[in-house]
Amino acid sequence: MKGILEKNWVKGLISLILTFGIVQVLISTNIINDYLQSTLATICINIILAVSLNLITGFTGQFSLGHAGFMSIGAYVCALITLNNRTIPGFILGVFAGAIVAAIVGFLVGLPTLRLKGDYLAIATLGMAEIIRIIFTNLDSITNGPAGLQDIPQFTNWPWLFLYTAGTIIIISNFIRSSHGRACISIREDEIASEAMGINSTKNKVTAFTIGAFFAGIAGALYASTFNFINPKIFDFSKSINILVIVVLGGLGSISGSVIAAIVLEIINTYLQSFADIQMILYSLLLVIIMIFRPQGLMGSKEISFSVFGKLSSLFAPKKGRV
Amino acid sequence: MLEVKNLDVHFGVIHALKGVSLTVNDGDIVTLIGANGAGKTTTLRTISGLKKPTNGEILLDGKDITHTSAQDRVKMGISHVPEGRRVFPTMTVLENLELGAFLRRDKDEIAKDLKKVYELFPILADRRKQLAGTLSGGEQQMLAMGRALMSRPKILFLDEPSMGLAPLFVQEIFNIIKNINSTGTTILLVEQNAKMALQIADYAYVIETGSIVLSGTGKELMESEDIKKAYLGG
Ligand SMILES: Nc1ncnc2c1ncn2[C@@H]1O[C@H](COP(=O)(O)OP(=O)(O)O)[C@@H](O)[C@H]1O
Ligand SMILES: [Mg+2]
Repeated sequence: MKGILEKNWVKGLISLILTFGIVQVLISTNIINDYLQSTLATICINIILAVSLNLITGFTGQFSLGHAGFMSIGAYVCALITLNNRTIPGFILGVFAGAIVAAIVGFLVGLPTLRLKGDYLAIATLGMAEIIRIIFTNLDSITNGPAGLQDIPQFTNWPWLFLYTAGTIIIISNFIRSSHGRACISIREDEIASEAMGINSTKNKVTAFTIGAFFAGIAGALYASTFNFINPKIFDFSKSINILVIVVLGGLGSISGSVIAAIVLEIINTYLQSFADIQMILYSLLLVIIMIFRPQGLMGSKEISFSVFGKLSSLFAPKKGRV
Repeated sequence: MLEVKNLDVHFGVIHALKGVSLTVNDGDIVTLIGANGAGKTTTLRTISGLKKPTNGEILLDGKDITHTSAQDRVKMGISHVPEGRRVFPTMTVLENLELGAFLRRDKDEIAKDLKKVYELFPILADRRKQLAGTLSGGEQQMLAMGRALMSRPKILFLDEPSMGLAPLFVQEIFNIIKNINSTGTTILLVEQNAKMALQIADYAYVIETGSIVLSGTGKELMESEDIKKAYLGG
């Protein structure tokens, strides 16, 4: 048993290193040019957003409509810190401060609403995201109001983006595999039964929600640092919906699904930009078609296991042997 | 021994339990029978800590657990098979059983209990990799009972285990309840199927609109004219 786990761990590590290396090579050879680099950054940020929302909605079964609100907190906190401290330590501080403030707000919103059974969280998070947006719009002296913050120093590059994205995936996957994670899944499956098993549903729901908010804060911070410019409108209701679309499309309860959907949708988006007039129509049409053929999402609740890689390599191995 | 004294429970303005008192002696099968909406489920949920009473006391082995958390009550030996079975549908049979032992850390003993559950319900061993949602109603009831046993309870609450099952399965479930009891687990059984419940009960309570109206040994109640009329179909 342990051997298999360790092997999987090694395979996971190898595929991470490969991913990092291949993209790094594509960047240095300018195959991923400046334009595609911003696509790459968007993909990473969307992966972090989708995986963290999947923890809340896909794994714990709590419907949240305010993920963009947490993202905006991370973005503003990190922007304000790096505008005053244009150094790498300032950036690292900005990312973590943004994540922690987002997590605190998540905890404060989650604690009263997640005690209740039913979809109160959806309403509360919807309201919370709007309130946060209105605060940022009206806090002129700090946030520069509707015009937003400009000239935010850019620290993000591929290594940073990779580090945060891989870190998010690893931490959330491990959380899901822990006994907390199993508790969260059992709450999604049947809250009353899980309470009868002695699982504290409020505590586990609030924990998942707070962790989700934390990583949404990280994504927001990376957004601010990548695009150098933020305003409240970027983080409106439609942003929250876009994140939810990635999660549902990838499959509720599948981390690999969220990752794949974030990549696929952003690539589609990038290519559709040459059809600017009908881009939104084509995009929506595509979503409808995918949901008709895969109502459970691309991955359902399944994960890509590294045994897939094992099988693939064994396909090639015998040939090698004969040569 | 479980003692419940003068339990009052409200849902908003609804007064669901009105001074319910009952005693369950160690090793017994005690049943609580009554019509739909009488307050049976609420009684079990309040004793397991899933619903807070507005008044009254709950004592387990002489210890006041009225304000103890549901988690701690599971650790103290109360386990609850909820009404309607409520298995975790997209988890496998084995994963369901493992969740029953969620609060335990004694891996070796958990493995032993898993083996015991498979002996008690051989069908669950055959189906251990199958998703719980794809089991039949009777199999789901067995899984829900097996899952509850995985916390190694002193006292097991069963909320209408025969509900919606074919007669053959009902008989089997009641045999298994007797079987579980014979290995030393105390049982508090809630049923609408009064006849079956009274047949296996050492002691029985009848609840009507939130109050206990009658109690006695299973045999006494089966012979009572009132009970015959109201619950045993003549
Ligand atoms: N969650 C709830 N909210 C409001 N009323 C409830 C709730 N649960 C039970 N009740 C009320 O409490 C009373 C007892 O219900 P219950 O304990 O479920 O009865 P039984 O299990 O005997 O059928 C009923 O009048 C029911 O309507
Ligand atoms: Mg009931």
